Amino acid sequence: MRLVNSVLVVGLLLCGPAQAASRKEPLPSPPGASACSGCHGAGRSIPQLPGKIPVEIATALQDFKTGKRPATVMDRIAKGFSDDEIAAIAAWYGRQRP
Amino acid sequence: METDDPNRRRFLESALAGAAMSAFPLPALAQARGHGHVVVIGGGFGGASCARTLKRLEPRLAVTLVESNRIFTSCPFSNAVIAGLRDIADQHFGYRAVAKQGVALHWGTASAVDRQNHRVVLSDGSTLRYDRLVLAPGVDIRWDGLPGYSEEAALRMPHAWKAGEQTLLLRRQLAAMDDGGLVAIAAPANPYRCPPGPYERASLIAYYLKTHKPRSKLIVLDAKDAFSKQRLFEEAWKVLYPDLIEWVPLSQGGQVISVDPATMTLVTDFASHQVAVANVIPPQRAGAIASLAGVADRSGWCPIDPTTFESTLQKDIHVIGDAAIAGAMPKSAFAANAQAKVCAAAIVEMLAGRQPDDPRLINTCYSLVAPDYGISIAGVYHAAGGQLTDVTGAGGISPLDAPRSFREQEARYAEGWFKTITTEAFG
Ligand SMILES: Cc1cc2nc3c(=O)[nH]c(=O)nc-3n(C[C@H](O)[C@H](O)[C@H](O)COP(=O)(O)OP(=O)(O)OC[C@H]3O[C@@H](n4cnc5c(N)ncnc54)[C@H](O)[C@@H]3O)c2cc1C
Ligand code: HEC
Repeated sequence: MRLVNSVLVVGLLLCGPAQAASRKEPLPSPPGASACSGCHGAGRSIPQLPGKIPVEIATALQDFKTGKRPATVMDRIAKGFSDDEIAAIAAWYGRQRP
Repeated sequence: METDDPNRRRFLESALAGAAMSAFPLPALAQARGHGHVVVIGGGFGGASCARTLKRLEPRLAVTLVESNRIFTSCPFSNAVIAGLRDIADQHFGYRAVAKQGVALHWGTASAVDRQNHRVVLSDGSTLRYDRLVLAPGVDIRWDGLPGYSEEAALRMPHAWKAGEQTLLLRRQLAAMDDGGLVAIAAPANPYRCPPGPYERASLIAYYLKTHKPRSKLIVLDAKDAFSKQRLFEEAWKVLYPDLIEWVPLSQGGQVISVDPATMTLVTDFASHQVAVANVIPPQRAGAIASLAGVADRSGWCPIDPTTFESTLQKDIHVIGDAAIAGAMPKSAFAANAQAKVCAAAIVEMLAGRQPDDPRLINTCYSLVAPDYGISIAGVYHAAGGQLTDVTGAGGISPLDAPRSFREQEARYAEGWFKTITTEAFG
């Protein structure tokens, strides 16, 4: 424990709070979230997700899932996620900066 | 020490990794905990995405990417190059952004893996030590898989299944062909890179023929009786290319059993086809380094754990992308990228001594049947029974009988996807 503690101190000193704070993903992304960026990203024809508020994302996914909102592909994708998984992904994207 | 807050615990652990990685004299600890250096072999869609994600998730990790070529040539959208709809330069990607992210680039070809000593051996004799190794070598052609076919034969009968000179060769052959010529595509049995690829290619070549050489014909000789997005392709072919494309399935003698490049002949069980242009897509296996590293099984592909993508044959070696046996996931650039991100996250967790969560992955393959006519197949996957398995009720193909505007929209999304995925992998 002693060794670990001193290493931690060294680590903190070396990295500094600025670098630690700049870490973009403080927690592992919830299951499935990392696959969304295969489509939602630099390509302009598909809308961006980071920066959207969670309720927007969650509502959109629910509506794609039920068919309330028409889609070319999101209906087929949203059906692979439970309500809880959708909520977790929406919350996580809400924390990402665009 | 307060470690209850997962946020904080994670930060502390990565600070630990950071210290271990620094020049500060703590090497014993670094080694004892197995922190440190991840080597990725292969800088394609899987490897480049994985190396970048590792650095993004854990900037203090040392990551080295080993790649043979300084310029990557993308297979996705290369069928449009063959049809004269796109420039090969639009398929080229460099590694500047990968390097800028802090990934060390090591140019060269990995020729062996010394598992005992955790070292990758390169063809120039140099070695790289790894704590964890990621293999993303894509596919190699099985040159012994089709009698008569060889590297030399491929100069007459291009496969164009690795993009670059082969892509341009097939394009030139089509451009040089007289109107009225017969073009053949020989499609392989499963599994192979990009299941819908041969049929997208047939479609775009048909588009070229219809536009430039309308008396010509295209025959697809298939070693299968069914293919990806078949009903969508056939529906579109009927409308766009009536009487131009003929598909011959396995059960009707479609399988090509030998080729003769000298006479431009493809031989099946039932017939010999002499053609003007032959695109032979031969059987494939995982890139050679996979079997050299001992991670390929007798099928030529690599069995993996579906949560971590670690080889089930060798410890500390992960396999992603086309080379892996990924259960229900097809061999696609989309899948390679999605697997890369899950694998990178799992490695970060494992190096920190934690168990990675069960992942959920997505795949979507867009195909162009014409420049403004796109179709897709999607799937969502989870780990079940030691395999990546379809999540029931999700995924599937674009609707049949959709209006043209829907197909136009998917063609635009296909372009958007290409831009996104290449930016994720190469910046
Ligand atoms: C015609 C065609 C169309 C396609 N269209 C699509 C599409 O629309 N959508 C889609 O999702 N997928 C598509 N694909 C599939 C896609 O190209 C592959 O699935 C994808 O490239 C797999 O990624 P990977 O990282 O496994 O391998 P690759 O992208 O092939 O990368 C492997 C890399 O490893 C390097 N390498 C190999 N061995 C070594 C070694 N020993 N040392 C150093 N470097 C090494 C290679 O040089 C290469 O750069 C298509 C494929 C084809 C052929
Ligand atoms: C295959 C590409 C693809 C993947 C993968 C994908 N999306 Fe989408 N997404 C689209 C497209 C295309 C649309 C536009 C609606 C449609 O036609 O399906 C869209 C729309 C959306 C919208 C509505 C955005 C808006 O501004 O209206 C949200 C929210 C969304 N997607 C979330 C997600 C999440 C979350 C994931 C991962 C679980 C995901 N998407 C994965 C392609 C994709």
